[in-house]
Amino acid sequence: MTSPTTDSVEGAPAVPRRRSAVRARWLAVLRTPVGAGAGLLLALVLLLAVFAPLLWSDRAETFDTGSVLQGASADHWVGTDNLGRDLFYRVLVATRLSIGLALMATSIAVVIGLVLGTAPLLLGRRAGRLVTAGVNIAVAFPGLLLALFFAVVFGVGMTGAVLAIGFAGAPAFARLTHTLAAGIAERDFVAAARIAGVGRTRLLLRHVLPNIGEPLVVNATIGAGGALLAFAGLSFLGLGVQAPSYDWGRLLQDGLSGIYIHPEAALAPGVAIVVAGLAFNLFGEAVAKGIGLTATVGGGFGPAAGRSPDRVSAAPTDDGRPATDPGRAEGRPVLDVQDLSVSFPGPNGPVRPVRGVSFRIGRGEAVGVVGESGSGKSLTALAIARLVERPGVVDAGRLEFMGTDVLAGSDRSHRRLLGTAFAMVFQDPMTSFNPTRRIGRQLAEVAEQHQGMNRRQAFGRAVDRLRSVRVPAAERRAHQYPHEFSGGMRQRAMIGMGLMGEPSLIVADEPTTALDVTVQRQVLDLLESVRAADDVALLLISHDVAVVGQVCDRVLVMYAGRVVEDLPAAELRTGARHPYTRALVATVPDMHVDLDQPLPTIPGRPVDPASQPPGCAYAPRCPLASARCVEEDPALADDGAGRRVACWHAGEIGTDTDVPGAAPVALTSGERA
Amino acid sequence: MSELRFDGVTIRYGNRRRGTTAVDGVDLTVPDGAVVGLVGESGSGKSTLARAAVGLLPLTGGQILLDGQPLRHGSGPRPVQMVFQDPYSSLDPRMTIGDSIGEAVPRGTRSADRRQEVARLLELVELDPARAGAYPAQLSGGQRQRVAVARALAARPQVIVADEITSALDVSIQGTVLNLVRRLQRELGTSMLFISHNLAVVRYVASEIAVMYLGRIVEHGPTAEVLADPQHPYTRDLLAAVPESTRARSAPVTADPAPAAIAAAEPADPHAPPPGCRYHPRCPVGPLVHGDREICRTTEPTAEHRHAAACHFAPAGRPLLRVAD
Ligand SMILES: Nc1ncnc2c1ncn2[C@@H]1O[C@H](COP(=O)(O)OP(=O)(O)O)[C@@H](O)[C@H]1O
Ligand code: SF4
Ligand code: SF4
Ligand SMILES: [Mg+2]
Repeated sequence: MTSPTTDSVEGAPAVPRRRSAVRARWLAVLRTPVGAGAGLLLALVLLLAVFAPLLWSDRAETFDTGSVLQGASADHWVGTDNLGRDLFYRVLVATRLSIGLALMATSIAVVIGLVLGTAPLLLGRRAGRLVTAGVNIAVAFPGLLLALFFAVVFGVGMTGAVLAIGFAGAPAFARLTHTLAAGIAERDFVAAARIAGVGRTRLLLRHVLPNIGEPLVVNATIGAGGALLAFAGLSFLGLGVQAPSYDWGRLLQDGLSGIYIHPEAALAPGVAIVVAGLAFNLFGEAVAKGIGLTATVGGGFGPAAGRSPDRVSAAPTDDGRPATDPGRAEGRPVLDVQDLSVSFPGPNGPVRPVRGVSFRIGRGEAVGVVGESGSGKSLTALAIARLVERPGVVDAGRLEFMGTDVLAGSDRSHRRLLGTAFAMVFQDPMTSFNPTRRIGRQLAEVAEQHQGMNRRQAFGRAVDRLRSVRVPAAERRAHQYPHEFSGGMRQRAMIGMGLMGEPSLIVADEPTTALDVTVQRQVLDLLESVRAADDVALLLISHDVAVVGQVCDRVLVMYAGRVVEDLPAAELRTGARHPYTRALVATVPDMHVDLDQPLPTIPGRPVDPASQPPGCAYAPRCPLASARCVEEDPALADDGAGRRVACWHAGEIGTDTDVPGAAPVALTSGERA
Repeated sequence: MSELRFDGVTIRYGNRRRGTTAVDGVDLTVPDGAVVGLVGESGSGKSTLARAAVGLLPLTGGQILLDGQPLRHGSGPRPVQMVFQDPYSSLDPRMTIGDSIGEAVPRGTRSADRRQEVARLLELVELDPARAGAYPAQLSGGQRQRVAVARALAARPQVIVADEITSALDVSIQGTVLNLVRRLQRELGTSMLFISHNLAVVRYVASEIAVMYLGRIVEHGPTAEVLADPQHPYTRDLLAAVPESTRARSAPVTADPAPAAIAAAEPADPHAPPPGCRYHPRCPVGPLVHGDREICRTTEPTAEHRHAAACHFAPAGRPLLRVAD
């Protein structure tokens, strides 16, 4: 069946890890300086709110007619009020009322906001739209204006003010909830739950709310800071807390009357308001930032990067001589890559998703790169184009393009090279075009910048290039915006952009993955004819072995950040010697697969770049793995004829196999843990 | 399981004046216990049809019948269940996979029974029942997709709609899901509408193939027959475009003079489908190539040809009618 090692890694007890992931995220926030400071401050404020009245209300209430309206002194740190009460203690004691009222107002805002924000989901389309429209109108009013309006409606006093601020804060919260909830409601898992017969209320409680909880809590925290300020404002205006109760706003108002005699009386409550407000705000912001940095809202999608300590093993190096077709690759290669690595900082030391990749591409040669997702294909391409962004670090023994050292040059000189001699085509050209500018102009810009053409010439060349990539009605099309192009047409325009200069190398990263078969065929044919016509070299990255096998001369097979085999494309089916290559080829269903047999699969899953095993990375999935494989990583060895392979048992055939090349794979769909 | 029939189904997005008819008068039957593969380029309306079948979209016209009865979506699990394309977004990241599956088990089941049922289903899709407490983030894409299949089965559906369920997966594991689909069909007799743009995949799992173009079914017949002897030019184009890893490197099509205009033709715009035969601006045997085929521009072809091919020049044949009708 399957190798036991693969799934056991992820088969650990599930629940604790999930919970701890959430906790770890919040803890990580507390470890940042801003987060720690704000957290401490917030804790202090909350402690004061709880304990200050218990400890000091006596001192805050004691009349002392002997010392009325005094300034700061050793006895009274910030002086006294008109009844001789100690203002320092009054400010401390007022913490509870100020914070308490702010929290109450926030809760009202949150509750009303949640109800209004989720109503569209519960009520169905028509009534929901009405609610949303109402909320949108309310949001348009300034908050303070709303608060004043409600304060007048609910009447002067504490209750009125709480309601007023709560109501005033509700629309913003409703809108936030609505936006977040709508985002979740669109996801397939909600649709799936609906089909499974889950009712609306349960849908909301089980699926929507848990997935928007974190951002809501964060925003409520920030909102509490705002409510605190608003409350102080209302009390200060005399609309909020009434004597003999007092909060910071009230103290501020009292103090203001004597501001010229002793300003401390107004300053102290003012400082308290600002500090407490900041504490809420900063903490909320810090958490928001922390969460935003480490996770998508909704939590843990995709492969988790970086779990266990990374053992940066010294990957064996090799020379990147091309495996085949020495005639064509003769002379100086277009691209010469030696021992290329890309690493990112991880929580437990650097993670290296690309580990010592070496290869060369000769003039006019088409080289394919295949491998499962996460094997480092795209990162290799980005590193060659110097497009790896910080904090990623690119390292290489040699990285030469047309004899120029790409690693050494300045960004500017490199960009020039990119603009003229090097073209890059991505999977989704929509992200590579500026949506607000016409296609023709975007192409022309390349020629203006790098070839010194004037506007007219450049535009002329753009149209010519669009024509050369068979964009129909190129003249008219050049005046259109990217969104007016279909996917296949955009991909052609992207290739046309690469052809604005005179490229010697086109790097295409999954250029046809998003396209339909018929369109894919056209784009591949186009790449092929460009290559043939101008002797342009091509590095074609794809997860689809069939596509690569069709277009390329030579294929690099990548696994876990390394090239594990380098062989002529024509030999993919019959001459592959690495067990991974064979398995990969065997899993592609074509129009001739035997319908009576189960499809072959590769059991287990690719290794996590953060926990590379010391030996061969493929060992846990490999039917030929031996003790040596687990201990020692095989080097990419040249067989003399130009083919390269990294495997201790290259070319050997498993015992339970009968079809060479296609056999060493699990023939059941079992992937049991 | 049961038979699912689309009867003149039309689905529009948007309002009457500005809108798109994504599905236009589709007749299609998924026979009891059969897997019907639906192929066609993106935007042709495959997913729209799928979502309508499970009641996520309202019909503009026509009806969907389950064993001859109009489909109703009351409370409780729906009789037609769906497996979605992207297993990363079709499972709630905050719910254990056991809970996700258990949610679809019909209500009124005692919780011990429910747990047992979840374990049985996990076993059925070849996952360890002990992992019911795992969260989706801890599973690989292929494992998630099998959880999604288990959830669909939990609702005791009469038909399952699978919309591109392997296209978000690496080829290396897509086989596990396809093998599962085949096994379910064989062991449980699951009726299934299996949507994919990959002909090799459809060939492997489906007993019949329906080809969709711009909101219409343009050809429909037994898989082996349609693939061996495609009647509609669009089906032929699809087949010709399938990359073959065994095939030697092909010469670029520039050598081929006639269909240059056609090779460069844009995929048609569903907002404004062409008159007559919808495929005529791209058809290599249509009016662009044969001057005497003006009928293609003006008259919509009927399906009264072999494999119900909607092409004026396909050989005549029995329309694909079923005895059950
Ligand atoms: N929510 C929507 N609103 C408007 N148009 C849509 C919507 N969803 C899909 N469409 C349009 O409907 C047509 C069919 O889409 P779809 O069913 O997704 O096709 P397929 O699944 O075959 O790729 C396309 O033209 C698409 O743009
Ligand atoms: S080195 Fe060993 S484990 Fe690695 S691929 Fe070769 S046989 Fe398999
Ligand atoms: S009806 Fe005419 S245009 Fe349409 S597919 Fe047939 S030959 Fe081509
Ligand atoms: Mg679709």
